[in-house]
Amino acid sequence: MSPLVAGLVQVGVLVAALAVAYRPLGDYMARVFTARSHSKLERAIYRFARIDPDAEQKWSTYAFGVLGFSFAGIVFLYVIQRVQSLLPFDFGRGDVGPGMAFNTAVSFVTNTNWQSYVPETVMGHTVQMLGLTVQNFVSAAVGLAVAIALVRGFVRYQTDRLGNFWVDLTRGTVRILLPIAFVAALVLIVMGVTMSLKSGVDVDGQVVANAPVASQEAIKELGTNGGGVLNANSAHPFENPNEWSNLFEIFLLLVVPVALTRTFGQLVGERKQGYVLLGVMGTIWAAMLAVIWGAEAAGLRPLEGKELRFGIAGSALFANSTTGTSTGAVNSWHDSYTGLGGGGTLLNMLFGEMTPGGVGTGLYSILVMAIIAMFLAGLMVGRTPEYLGKKLGRKEVTAAAVSILAMPAVLLIGAGIAAILPSTPGALNNPGAHGLSEILYAYASASNNNGSAFGGITVTSDWFQSSLGLCMLFGRFVPIIAVLALAGSLAAQKKVPVTAGTLPTTGPLFATLLGGSIVLVAALTFVPALALGPIAEALL
Amino acid sequence: MTTKPGIAAAVPDAVRKLHPRHQLRSPVMFVVWVGSVLVTVFAATDPSVFTVAVALWLWFTVLFANLAEAVAEGRGKAQADSLRRTKKDAVARMINGDVVAGTELKVGDLVVVEAGEVIPGDGDVVEGIATVDESAITGESAPVIRESGGDRCAVTGGTTVLSDRIVVRITTKPGESFVDRMIALVEGAERQKTPNEIALTILLSTLTIIFVLAVVALQPFAIYSGGEQSVVVLTALLVCLIPTTIGALLSAIGIAGMDRLVQRNVLATSGKAVEAAGDIDTLLLDKTGTITWGNRRATEFIPLGPASHETLVAAARLASLADDTPEGRSILELAGGQPASDHEKTGEFVPFTAQTRMSGIDLDGRVIRKGAASAFQLSDTAREVVDDISAQGGTPLVVAENGTVLGVIRLSDVVKPGMKERFAELRAMGIRTVMVTGDNPLTAKAIAEEAGVDDFLAEARPEDKMALIRQEQEGGRLVAMTGDGTNDAPALAQADVGVAMNTGTSAAKEAGNMVDLDSDPTKLIEIVEIGKQLLITRGALTTFSVANDLAKYFAILPAMFAAIYPALDKLNIMHLATPRSAILSAVIFNAVIIVALIPLALKGVRYRPSSASALLRRNLLIYGLGGVVTPFAGIWLIDLLVRLIPGIG
Repeated sequence: MSPLVAGLVQVGVLVAALAVAYRPLGDYMARVFTARSHSKLERAIYRFARIDPDAEQKWSTYAFGVLGFSFAGIVFLYVIQRVQSLLPFDFGRGDVGPGMAFNTAVSFVTNTNWQSYVPETVMGHTVQMLGLTVQNFVSAAVGLAVAIALVRGFVRYQTDRLGNFWVDLTRGTVRILLPIAFVAALVLIVMGVTMSLKSGVDVDGQVVANAPVASQEAIKELGTNGGGVLNANSAHPFENPNEWSNLFEIFLLLVVPVALTRTFGQLVGERKQGYVLLGVMGTIWAAMLAVIWGAEAAGLRPLEGKELRFGIAGSALFANSTTGTSTGAVNSWHDSYTGLGGGGTLLNMLFGEMTPGGVGTGLYSILVMAIIAMFLAGLMVGRTPEYLGKKLGRKEVTAAAVSILAMPAVLLIGAGIAAILPSTPGALNNPGAHGLSEILYAYASASNNNGSAFGGITVTSDWFQSSLGLCMLFGRFVPIIAVLALAGSLAAQKKVPVTAGTLPTTGPLFATLLGGSIVLVAALTFVPALALGPIAEALL
Repeated sequence: MTTKPGIAAAVPDAVRKLHPRHQLRSPVMFVVWVGSVLVTVFAATDPSVFTVAVALWLWFTVLFANLAEAVAEGRGKAQADSLRRTKKDAVARMINGDVVAGTELKVGDLVVVEAGEVIPGDGDVVEGIATVDESAITGESAPVIRESGGDRCAVTGGTTVLSDRIVVRITTKPGESFVDRMIALVEGAERQKTPNEIALTILLSTLTIIFVLAVVALQPFAIYSGGEQSVVVLTALLVCLIPTTIGALLSAIGIAGMDRLVQRNVLATSGKAVEAAGDIDTLLLDKTGTITWGNRRATEFIPLGPASHETLVAAARLASLADDTPEGRSILELAGGQPASDHEKTGEFVPFTAQTRMSGIDLDGRVIRKGAASAFQLSDTAREVVDDISAQGGTPLVVAENGTVLGVIRLSDVVKPGMKERFAELRAMGIRTVMVTGDNPLTAKAIAEEAGVDDFLAEARPEDKMALIRQEQEGGRLVAMTGDGTNDAPALAQADVGVAMNTGTSAAKEAGNMVDLDSDPTKLIEIVEIGKQLLITRGALTTFSVANDLAKYFAILPAMFAAIYPALDKLNIMHLATPRSAILSAVIFNAVIIVALIPLALKGVRYRPSSASALLRRNLLIYGLGGVVTPFAGIWLIDLLVRLIPGIG
């Protein structure tokens, strides 16, 4: 089998697997967030946390819940890293320094999973399992909750209630992420992923670091987190032993964001509304895959920085999916990619993580973009713009604008300052255009809560630890607050009836409009910066 | 009533608007203004042909934006001036004989106006009947009748009584009269941003912020790459990227939209109402006068029993000779239109009374009558014919001679020509039409079908109309209606767009948010189109403005960075001569396109009723794709000239 055919088979298997999971998972998630009854476990949790699960919240209360929960998570993560030496299974790795502890705490709570540390020499198993892995679940569930709250904004009328954050968070965790991750971990073990509480394993007389990998690997992908328990991430044979585990991991990181479009269609009562979003996400994902794969296959040293186990196709498929989902796991060294291929992975993030984006974040991000696109389109058909039966007025546009503005703002400010700091050239592996790509990639990864590393840049200085940490915080929570405010103002509206004058949002015209807006917004914002990085590289 | 002052007349105003306080109203143009100041400072301290040229063209960009607004306002001012002339110091004669200035009138004052006098303020006629020349505000030279009581009692200050004497009760304070409001409106003095305009401004500001960030961050990246840029070049890039085209034309579009309305003799109390008109889902139209001519016309003679067609026609003609109602005249017309002979004039005419419910003539011993079916003894056959006509929406008139029924005249409510097509257009736009009539459901249904409306409300009382509006609004629909009577006022107020007829009562005019000076109820359809056109123009020019950026990147980025990364010169696909000429050409294009689009902003993008998808596809193609292509051609052409300037090329 030629590499091309082998690659196409991989893509085919992946797409088929996603297609099979699409309906049952999508419908299941819709039921999870609309079910009236609580399970025994959930009731116990609510009783313990003193939550009235049937009390619905206003958008501001909901947002307060998100922020409070996340802040508590950051504090907890920070503290257990700082006192790691007192915890079991620390293997003498000692306390984590304040800069790194802050960066890591923020990174895992914001679903970024940017890693400025080498896991096997810095983090013990307790911090990994009690801290980081817990956040892998709940940070993904937070994204899911916010997306569901936004959908409720569309399907509810004349109310100020958006549901209960604690209930959504709990259900997302115990009904969706935990069961799937459990099964996925077992599958990974079968495929050869390791699972051990020991610190290392003797391989031919050499001690190779080991950890409870499989359990973390599953949620690392499923929750679009990406933070590896081993430094080499999914390039490490313990995390990702063969092409089947590789494909399975790609499937895991795509499955929830993809199936959420089905959930969305179910909840708004018109499945086509979800299909069209999936169509846009899928088209851009496929186009970017072609670009990255093609660029790498045509590269001068096509296998540099890639695992021979996965080859070019398996690497490009992983790279495209991990950067398009805000996962950030890597199975190859993006820094070694060609100008065009590496630029492609960067561009995937600059789209704002909606192709198909992270768990929950992908759905709410593309809905925000749809609002902007429909605003312009609505004007062009001579009506006050509307989407899914809700008018897009001052409040809605403001919220959508703030949500979209946050990422480019922190990214450009952070990268701009970093580019002229005297210490920066010393932190870079490469000078010139590629060096700028390394800087841009790091800030794009943080600001979009992706977490993948281009590599080639040392980010342990106080400047990088704190600036990237702030990018993650703003890149995560400014859009979330804006999205919840948006949901609040949508839910308060009446329904606008569908007439012949309503612009349909299920056809190819809308898909083109939405896809065009995603590409255009990213292009207009980042072309000047990209011109000096990847574009200059690619044209050389 | 409109005059078109040239662009030249607007130049002084455009210069006056360079004041920063004015610029602050548009965030996009304020950024350009700041950029112009910045570049001017640099051009002054370190002058070169390039920096001076960029500074000049940045100022031109601001100036052109001001010009667009000034031209739009200029049109309104011309109208305002002609309106103001109507206000010239009218003197009011109070009913007690006192004479006061028109400006000192109070609400409730009773004033007497006689032939040749100007009515001193807005009010209702409480006594008398008069012909009034309203050409000052409507432009219509034919005089209209105003009389006390009923729905034609409202008079407007500034109009002239041509005959007779009326007593008017003043209903508005001086300074808040109809003409005052009209002047304020066309001058744009009280122009408030409409909801959609505000939302669009937020979007444009967001884009501006993004571009400010992108350009500001570009400098450190450039420094890192070893190609630091001058402030002049960065400012030029920023101004080219931010949506200046729409930013410059936005207020002109709004003013021009109101102006188009005024040109069609419609006054809106706010721009919000005009925008709402574009969103209308349901249109309530009164049947009489709007959909049908209103008068029932004779369309058929149906002889009964032994009577021949000729006998019936002759009798019907005789019975209608003295009937001056529209119905009577239409019977005469259908009967051949021959006027009464001298002999026939000797007959005794019997007028219609509510008791007899018939009218006719006694001539040579013949007693000829025509009237409502219930006034006659009818045979079963006759009853059948009469019921049949009623069922079809017509009105039967029975004709009898000496008590013997000769036959029946069918009176039909005739639907105005072209209505069916207009309703089909509205349907295509997604607007549901509902006909409102006092007729019985059978009649209403027949006419509704003939006119092609979507629905009807029969035997409608004012409260039914109100209930219908509420019910539509409950479902989230926006409702528009026209009305003239005082009993229409609550419904006019409740409707999202209420268009009062100028012939109507003051109460109706107060309640609605628009007044149609021509009192043409079908005008509502045009109002809807103007509302839509307003939004489309904004959307289309925004799309165009943003789409322009692609070409500007291709012009400016290679110009900035080809020196450090020669490979970037591959992006110079327009083959612009030098970096300086490339940047200057982009800046010039950016300014010139504003002037080029002023006519479009004032006239509005062409609107043809069609489905939303078709509209979007068309506008995306023209303004989206056109917006991508045009600047490539434009910048390339400008560069051909600019490169000839020494120090640039």
